[in-house]
Amino acid sequence: MYDDDDTLKTAASALVAKGIRVKEVYSPFPVHGIDPIIGVKRTRLGIAAFMYAMTGTTLALLGMWYFMISDWPMNIGGKPSFSLIENLPAFIPVTFEFSVLCGAHGMAITYLLRNGTLPGMPASNPDPRTTDDKFVMEITTEQNGLSADELEAAIKETELFELSTKDYK
Amino acid sequence: MQREAAIREPLILGDKSYKDITDDVVGPIQGSAPIGWKIMITISSIIAVYGVGCILYLLGTGIGVWGLNKTVGWAWDITNFVWWVGIGHAGTLISAVLLLFRQKWRMAINRSAEAMTIFAVIMAAIFPGIHMGRIWVSYWVLPLPNQFGSLWVNFNSPLLWDVFAISTYFSVSLVFWYIGLIPDFATIRDRMTKPFAKKAYGLLSFGWSGRAKHWNRFEEVSLVLAGIATPLVFSVHSIVSMDFATSVIPGWHTTIFPPYFVSGAVFSGFAMVQTLLLIMRKGMKLESYIHVKHVEYMNIVIIVTGSIVGVAYLTELFISWYSGVEYESYAFINRFSGPYSWAYWIMMTCNVISPQLFWFKKIRRSLVATFALSIVVNIGMWFERYVIIVTSIHRDYDPSSWGEFHPTNIDIGVFVGTLGIFFTLFLGFARFFPVLALNELKTILKSSGENYKKAQDNH
Repeated sequence: MYDDDDTLKTAASALVAKGIRVKEVYSPFPVHGIDPIIGVKRTRLGIAAFMYAMTGTTLALLGMWYFMISDWPMNIGGKPSFSLIENLPAFIPVTFEFSVLCGAHGMAITYLLRNGTLPGMPASNPDPRTTDDKFVMEITTEQNGLSADELEAAIKETELFELSTKDYK
Repeated sequence: MQREAAIREPLILGDKSYKDITDDVVGPIQGSAPIGWKIMITISSIIAVYGVGCILYLLGTGIGVWGLNKTVGWAWDITNFVWWVGIGHAGTLISAVLLLFRQKWRMAINRSAEAMTIFAVIMAAIFPGIHMGRIWVSYWVLPLPNQFGSLWVNFNSPLLWDVFAISTYFSVSLVFWYIGLIPDFATIRDRMTKPFAKKAYGLLSFGWSGRAKHWNRFEEVSLVLAGIATPLVFSVHSIVSMDFATSVIPGWHTTIFPPYFVSGAVFSGFAMVQTLLLIMRKGMKLESYIHVKHVEYMNIVIIVTGSIVGVAYLTELFISWYSGVEYESYAFINRFSGPYSWAYWIMMTCNVISPQLFWFKKIRRSLVATFALSIVVNIGMWFERYVIIVTSIHRDYDPSSWGEFHPTNIDIGVFVGTLGIFFTLFLGFARFFPVLALNELKTILKSSGENYKKAQDNH
């Protein structure tokens, strides 16, 4: 456990340089620059959002084509109702809104599902202080092929705030 | 680590650490409610109950209880609707547009501004809802496969665009707000000692644990949602303005309406943010986080948008003359010299002249002046909508159907009631929710905190 984001980053780089794999980092706020050090890849949620939005665009256009052009064309104030393309200007606002609706909600739902953060889920941070002002690095022996003592010695070389060991078996 | 120029004023005053930020924000939630809060929520909930009573009476009797007549078929209801939606816009502007521009000062105010957005949009949605008269069939606005005959809703109509715009805006703002709240609820959860509160905040926090991967996704989601909320907020008020602009009523049929309404919305929204935050920072002792510099930044936004609104008013006047259209010119001459000229001049004074006072640095940085002017601006923006709506329709083409609008007690009761409901909701938010975005404030502490800046200077 560390008490500053910068010492956390220095410590993480030092450990990674020694070939130690950091399993997880828990922090009270996003620590910029920690991801490449511990090997967290950039999320693909942005791409997912784009695809949801495109689905929304398609559905909106398809729906309006069916309601206004195909199923029951109406003459409203002499405005064209013969083809989608002619009537498109009037359909732009709803198409846009519906794309945003699908994109935003699709992304938010995917985000919550991927994180496993859903109503009623139990908290899994190892220490309640990690949501306040402490930063925890989780390192396991099995991932690193080192003995507990060797790991501890390496970790103790960093500017540590607290170290706790747990037996998972 | 990111550094900031030393001449920039610090955004977080005093000698704060990460822990202090948590304490300052979560402390008031853990403590018992202050007496001032109890008084305010009592008053606002009484008004809210009165408002709900008026709405129920209206629904039970019909919208004839409003002062509408056959000439003025739209008045306070739509005025209030546009006013509330406009107020909502500042929250999204602060959280989305300023996020895209990486403005750090937004972090102290975005949470409460977004809460204001959500509550304001709820208040706005009440008005078209009850204006339908038979609110129990309001689901007819949806394109349902229909058994009511083979008609579908009309997708050419701005009123239907509005249905989509407002519902998208409301739900997307809510999601954006809640995603930012989850990590902060986790902070409260981990500090709470009473079992019920711990359980409640645990439920609200969705089991957030602050893993590096989750933060990585969190930042991506915030950025993308900000990216799509930005055009959304512009589209929403543009569509609201099209409710008027696509009609053929002189005074409404104007192509400058969309940008004019959007800047008016931001203008009134920022004024409301000022009104709320100046009270909240005092009541909750958040002076270190929301201070003169934040107020000054917001006042600058008010000058800019207020001036755009002023230019729009003058453009409208000029074009009505320049167009050479008799009806169009008359609509505007009637506005500033007709029976509603008093409303027009209130609007002009409050919206065009008063924000110009913020050019003076003394006034811009004075909290008392800001508070007073923020209320003036809100009044002015309400009158703007009133002037646009009522003066444009009260003199029909045919003088025999000229008329005037007089609000009834129910008109007033419903409007004042929504103010009561809004303040009740906002006070509830201030009591039980993290009013500052904890996780975001902590990221700027080292670059914009006063103590860190001093340490940097001494290097």
